[in-house]
Formats: sequence, C-alpha cells, structure tokens
Amino acid sequence: MKLKSLLSLLAAVALTGTALAKDIELLNVSYDPTRELYVDYNAAFAKYWQAKTGDTVTVKQSHGGSGKQARSVIDGLQADVVTLALAADVDALYENAKLLPKDWQKRLPNNSAPYTSTIVFLVRKGNPQNIKDWDDLVKSGVTIVTPNPKTSGGARWNYLAAWGYALKKYGGDDKAKEFVGKLYKNVPVLDSGARGATTTFVQRGIGDVAISWENEAYLAVKEFGADKFEIVVPSVSILAEPTVSVVDKVVKKKGTEAVAKAYLDYLYSDAGQEIAARNFYRPRNAGILAKYSANFAKLDLFTIDDVFGGWTKAQKTHFADGGIFDEIYLKK
Amino acid sequence: MATTVTHLKAQLGDDAPVSRATRDAPWVRWSLTAVALLFLAGFLLLPLAAVFTEALRKGLGVYFCALIDADALAAIRLTLLAAAISVPANVVFGVAAAWAITKFHFRGKNVLITLIDLPFAVSPVISGLIYVLVFGLQGWMGQYMNAEHPWLPWFQQWLVGQDFKIIFAVPGIVLATTFVTFPFVARELIPLMQAQGSDEEYAAVTLGASGWQIFRRVTLPNIKWGLFYGVILCNARAMGEFGAVSVVSGHIRGETNTIPLHVEILYNEYNFTAAFAMASLLALLAIFTLVLKSVIEWRYALSHKS
Repeated sequence: MKLKSLLSLLAAVALTGTALAKDIELLNVSYDPTRELYVDYNAAFAKYWQAKTGDTVTVKQSHGGSGKQARSVIDGLQADVVTLALAADVDALYENAKLLPKDWQKRLPNNSAPYTSTIVFLVRKGNPQNIKDWDDLVKSGVTIVTPNPKTSGGARWNYLAAWGYALKKYGGDDKAKEFVGKLYKNVPVLDSGARGATTTFVQRGIGDVAISWENEAYLAVKEFGADKFEIVVPSVSILAEPTVSVVDKVVKKKGTEAVAKAYLDYLYSDAGQEIAARNFYRPRNAGILAKYSANFAKLDLFTIDDVFGGWTKAQKTHFADGGIFDEIYLKK
Repeated sequence: MATTVTHLKAQLGDDAPVSRATRDAPWVRWSLTAVALLFLAGFLLLPLAAVFTEALRKGLGVYFCALIDADALAAIRLTLLAAAISVPANVVFGVAAAWAITKFHFRGKNVLITLIDLPFAVSPVISGLIYVLVFGLQGWMGQYMNAEHPWLPWFQQWLVGQDFKIIFAVPGIVLATTFVTFPFVARELIPLMQAQGSDEEYAAVTLGASGWQIFRRVTLPNIKWGLFYGVILCNARAMGEFGAVSVVSGHIRGETNTIPLHVEILYNEYNFTAAFAMASLLALLAIFTLVLKSVIEWRYALSHKS
C-alpha cells in the first residue's frame, strides 16, 4: 500500500514536472568546420535559455559540406535553423522549396552573419615552399589542397578570394580567370568539404599548402601542434560571411519559432560573440574583436558585394553548371 | 623409371594415387603460400591491428569512455535497431522467395531472380538516393503532400497530419539497410534448395502433410545451416553499411548516425582515438561473424556427412 502511494506520488511529481518545464529540441544544420564552435555555443545557449524560461533545450547538430547540407534541408531534413557557409546556400532554401522568405538575410544584423572569417593558407612547418602570398600558389611544382566549390562553401570563398586578389593586382576578369586557372592546375584532389580537405592535408600529408578558412587553419594548428603547421596570411583576402537563418516552415510546424529565433539572436550577444572569437571566428562586436586581436591578423579584406556584386551573381557566373569554374577545371 | 613405378605401386597400395601431374614443385607451393599469406597480412591483418592499436593508444580507460559516450551509445543503438528490423525482414522474404523459386514453376521466375540481385548491382549511394527521390520533400511523396488537387484527398490530409518522417530519420535508415541487405538470405538459399531438389517435399505430400507441415518439418531442417549462414552475412552487412545510410541519414548527432557514420564524424573531428574505438566495434563484429561462419560451415559439413 505504502509503495503504491509512493509510486503514484512520484508519477504525479513527474507529470507536473513535465507540465512546468518543457523539453525542447532544436536541429542546427551547419557546415563543416563549425562543429567545435556549436558544441560550445549550444551548451552556453541551453544554460541561458533555462535561466530565462526554465525550459531545457537540446540542440542537435548536423555537419557537412555547406551545399550538400542545404540540399538535405531542401529534401526534408527538419532543420529549425541553418548556419551555413554562405548566403547562396540559404538562398537555395527559398528558391527550391520556399522554406523561408526571400528577404531572410535582412532579418538579422550584419547581413545575417553574426561572425566572419577569411581565407588564409596553412603550410607545413618552416614553410618549405616559401609561400607568402597568392602569387606563390600558381608557381609550378606547388601542390594545393582545396575542396570542391560545387559542394563546399569554404571552397567557393577560396576561389573568390583568389579571383579578387588577381583582379586587384592584374586588373580585368580575363587576367583573373587565367590566374585562377593556373591555381587549380596545382590542385591534385578536390574533397567534398572543408574538413575533408584539412584532413587530406594534415593527416594524409598531401599538398604543400591548404587554402582554408582562417578558423579551420587555427583549429588544425591547435589540434596538431604549432610544431607541425604554420599559418600564412596573404596580403589580400575575402571577408567571408557565413550566414544564419531560422527555417520558417519547419519551426512553424514544430512550434519552435521563439526558441529558434532566440538561438540565433544570442549569437550576437556578448557571450555568443565571445564564444565565436574563442573558436577563431572574427566577432562582429568591435570590443570583443579588439580583445582577441592577437588571433586575427590585419589584412586587406574585400567583400563579395563590392567585388562580385553579391552571392546570387557570383554563384551564377562562377559555380553554376557551365560556369567559369567548370570551364577552368574541365579544361585541365 | 623403375623407381617411379615401384614408388607409384607403393602409393597405389596405400589407396592414394599420386602422379607428378598433380604435384607441383616445392618452390611453387611455398611461394604460392607465401604470396597468399603476405596478401592476407598486408590487406587484412595489418589494418585490423592498426584499428586496435589506434583505438587503445591512449589506454583502456579512454577506449571505454569513447564507447559509452552518449552519441556513441546512440549510434550503437541505432545500428542494432536497423539490423534487428532489416535482418528478420530479409529472412522472411528470403525464405519465401527461395521457396517459391525452387519448389514451384511460374512465369516471370527469372525476372524475380534478377530483381533479387538488383541491390548487389547498384551502388549503395544510388540505393540511398532512390529513397530521397521517393520520400524527400521534393520527391514523389513531398509532391503528393503539397499537391493542390491530389489523388485520394483524404489520404493526403491524413499523411500531412501524421508528421511522420522517413528520410533523415530512423525509418529511412532501416529502409536503406533493408534494401542493400535484401539479396543475402535469398541468394544463399536458392542454390542450396535447388541442389536439394523437391523429392522430400513430394514424399511428404504423398504422406498427407499440409504445406505448413512440409515447410516446418522437411524444408526448414534441410536449409537450416544455409539459412544461418545467410543471416550472419546479412547482419554483418546491415551493421557495416555506409553509403546508402549516409545519403538518407541527415547526419544528426546522437539521432541518425549509425556506427559507420559516427566513425567518419569522429575522424573528421580529429578525435582519432574515439573514431578507432568505434571502428574496433565493427572489427570485432567482423571477427565474431567469421568465427560464427566457420562454426556453421563445420556443423553444416557434419550434418551432411551423417
């Protein structure tokens, strides 16, 4: 009898418990190098959200090449939020499946890019090929590791950074095309994602230089030791803006609109910016950027809007089927 | 010459005829054996040893920690679940198909045999993609769910209301696993049952046995060992499948990752010890499968002798 009443008491407590605090589950579909960033950030957000509302929120993560991840969301992967490598991949969610409104990028500050990064070079210790700037990459005999721009967001930034450099230095799209063509002649393998390319370079020992996200290069140096790899910062590079968005259709169906929005807003808070900086992403917040300035070399950064007229245009000209990348790479 | 003859005679007397034609020179035998062993060592033992040394590099404590990590456990559970559903399903299908093909004559039999082989012929990635094309949001099912004038409107409404997911969720993984392991049991049984013929079943019929009785008391005991063999092969593939499952998984940590997918993720996270620890589970499964296979072959040979 006593046991029975105890059990029913426990059941009652358990029931009221669930009625008071909700268990929420979000899915963040992201690109390759952000795994470590979002492991940190999800823990911080869960704490913040519990303190604020009492609800427990678990954020599940899915990572892969940015273009491939966008494709999965289009095909039905139930992402509450996407945090992809570039705006064009989020645009694809609108174009192919109308999962979010056309003007999604205007909904959050800084073009919906709470943190930025740039493209740098990762070389082996001592920099045996003496690589200092983009010009050193097109020399014959240098092998370069960079992923496939068709599937990887980082690879598209790499490509555009090289293009922008050549445009600035030599002037004219023809010269830039020639320069980028020469560069891709030195690429022996195209991995499908940024992380795969890094692993090819650091683990399999292929290539003299990896063109890489700044954050990815720092992570590799941190994981494998500064006695094995060095980071080389070129004179000019691109301001890479990884973009984030709520996937409206999914959150409406799941009823997670408020928490998904808060999840992205919190990226812009001091705490969120600090976590980004600690994971080698350049924070938007000037104060926090100054605090971590030792990690972020000063270099001449151009934006995709200034040089290429935005992602939609760049995507169409360079990476669509039959675009300039196909011309360059197939000619090889 | 004479010595050869006496030698042969001595041998014949021992009831073991051996001629020079059936015996190779010792150096041929030894080098063939050596090549086989070298291949075995290089392609099988070395990688296997590498998996275990890498997994245990940081000690047993770290090894077991990697295995009881929440995401690792979720991956193990999902792998076991996928195998637990797909293997029995393929056993039922395989036995039924083999029974139909070998004991009865009907039109389209060859088509059926070809269809059973289909999963062997297509790349696993394509097998996964099929399900994305059928069940994806942009695929047939998605189009039907979003159609304005659907065929069977009540079914569309019910489907939309259900909110059940197929791809990027557990059902998709089970489907993909079932598809790629589809031929194993049937392919194992068909030649065996063809060789055995239908005489015993005919005898059972003349003695007045019902169909179910024939199956349970005549056919099943005859195919027992072949069936076991098919099941373990099917199971090994079900647990180890990467390509097809990768396409439909969506790679959600702790939710839709099987052991092989989790190995890839851990490796990509520079977490090599944990990656190899998970890989060692698959290696252990492979070894266990091989041992089981040998035992079954031995038992099978034994049952045939008697």
